[in-house]
Amino acid sequence: AGEGSGPGGSAAEDGGPPAPERVLFPPTFSVSEIKNKQRRHFMFLRWKQQQRKEKLAAKKKRRKEREALGDKAPPKAVPKTIENQRVYDETTVDPNDEEVAFDEATDEFAPYFNRQTVPKILITTSDRPRGRTVRFCEQLSTVIPNSHVYYRRGLALKRIIPQCIARDFTDLIVINEDRKIPNGLVLSHLPNGPTAHFRMSSVRLRKEIKRKGKEPTEHVPEVILNNFTTRLGHSVGRMFASLFPHDPQFVGRQVATFHNQRDYIFFRFHRYIFKSEKKVGIQELGPRFTLKLRSLQKGTFDSKFGEYEWIHKRREMDTSRRKFHL
Amino acid sequence: SSQVVWDTLGNRQFCSYKITTKTQNFCRNEYNLTGLCNRSSCPLANSQYATIREEKGRCYLYMKTIERAPFPRRLWERVLLSKNYEKALEEIDENLIYWPRFIRHKCKQRFTKITQYLIRIRKLTLKRQRKLVPLRRKIERREKRREEKALIAAQLDNAIEKELLERLKQDTYGDIYNFPIHAFDKALQQQEAESESESDAEKEEDEDTDKREFVEANSDEESDLSDFEDMDKLETSSEEEEEEAEKQASHSKSKGKTPLKGPARRKRRYIEIEYEEETEPTTKTKAA
Repeated sequence: AGEGSGPGGSAAEDGGPPAPERVLFPPTFSVSEIKNKQRRHFMFLRWKQQQRKEKLAAKKKRRKEREALGDKAPPKAVPKTIENQRVYDETTVDPNDEEVAFDEATDEFAPYFNRQTVPKILITTSDRPRGRTVRFCEQLSTVIPNSHVYYRRGLALKRIIPQCIARDFTDLIVINEDRKIPNGLVLSHLPNGPTAHFRMSSVRLRKEIKRKGKEPTEHVPEVILNNFTTRLGHSVGRMFASLFPHDPQFVGRQVATFHNQRDYIFFRFHRYIFKSEKKVGIQELGPRFTLKLRSLQKGTFDSKFGEYEWIHKRREMDTSRRKFHL
Repeated sequence: SSQVVWDTLGNRQFCSYKITTKTQNFCRNEYNLTGLCNRSSCPLANSQYATIREEKGRCYLYMKTIERAPFPRRLWERVLLSKNYEKALEEIDENLIYWPRFIRHKCKQRFTKITQYLIRIRKLTLKRQRKLVPLRRKIERREKRREEKALIAAQLDNAIEKELLERLKQDTYGDIYNFPIHAFDKALQQQEAESESESDAEKEEDEDTDKREFVEANSDEESDLSDFEDMDKLETSSEEEEEEAEKQASHSKSKGKTPLKGPARRKRRYIEIEYEEETEPTTKTKAA
């Protein structure tokens, strides 16, 4: 009887007037048991308010204790973030790892990193590109030095690859288009190097970027690669690094950033200026886009017979929210 | 009785194969020769009828005669036509000999059209074909949301700025940027260190001795770092005294590239050096 009349009684009195300070709910009562929607909603709001008050009071108390303790207070608890809770990936590269260093000295990018080759990039699209994609290609070619845009007029990739190799191109970028927006990127290192297939999203052209600066100049930009920790991330990072010539021109003060966060690679292109030795200002020029790796293939582009080093398998790899592969 | 069929189904009452549009009536029957709903093209309303149909790339001639009207299972007789176009036309002719002109003509027309589209199919399969991959809505939404969250977590601007400052500290930029306070402090520290004991690194000593006399400092350093492409541009700037070095550096920079509206102008804000002429115009900085 007590429990039955408790919620009924308190609901009945509080139809109009504001809620009392402390609401006494019988212990086994839950707001979801009330059948009437209006009353249930009302009780829920009241319950929520009470929770908030308690939380605030608890916070205040904790703060007071902390101040009272002064120096002896326990260190502040670090909030959990997804990056903190990330499932440890066994392929994480240790900076001092010799095996990795040896691998990198002998893989396909070694000639680039030993300064034997100068990157020369060919940018192209899928068939019949629409205006947005075309403009994006042009802007991309201003960002990447020594790059050329050629239109694919129905040519098969398998046939243009030998031609590119013959003309000394080191990399091939194919931007795939769907419904008038670019949505995929295939990056292929040419003399039989690895091919990476990305899904591209949130592409912003130069005119859509707010507060942008002037056009990117011809100077060779610097490259920043952030957060490529695992072995796979390392190889992808090296692929990106090999797009740009090895000696950046610091006079140009331009920097291209590939920042990996939770398997999304954000590309930005900025101009920086050092206002003092502790402060730097950056101004975004150039297009921006985000990439997500879909597959990495050992040889050049070959969808049927290629040897895949890594494919994103949704059912196996997307099971945990805290597991990332790059 | 074909007339009766036509009078009921074709014209007056409901025919389930019939599709009416504003200008025309179509017939959905698979044995129809022309595809239109006419007295002469209705397979139900004609007891003697023929069609061409293709199956898996091969064309067949289907015929229906009055004799077999009571036997629905055996109603349509099927003849395989040869792959050769002319031979197949002859076969049609010899099978439909003594048949009405209309049906013969329409059969041949239909056969021609079918062969043409079969040729096109074969040609297209040799070319590259677009593979249509269906998007899964839930997954797309999930990816988008995760990307937004990752963007927020990334704090790109901060990360880039931190990285650039790191590189500045580690001296990857060499001598382009003169931050006198920083250099002065460093020089002071090194001076003290030196006075206590001999420092290990020779480089530090070199820089130390050089920096004490501001005039010659940078020219010596420049000779060490000779692989920078832009050294010739900056040599002039770094040979002067400290004050003028900055002035010239900022001027040479602004001459060297396209003038920036952004943070370019406010470079030396904190330094109290008097410029008598050629003061930099104080434009507002654009937030980076």
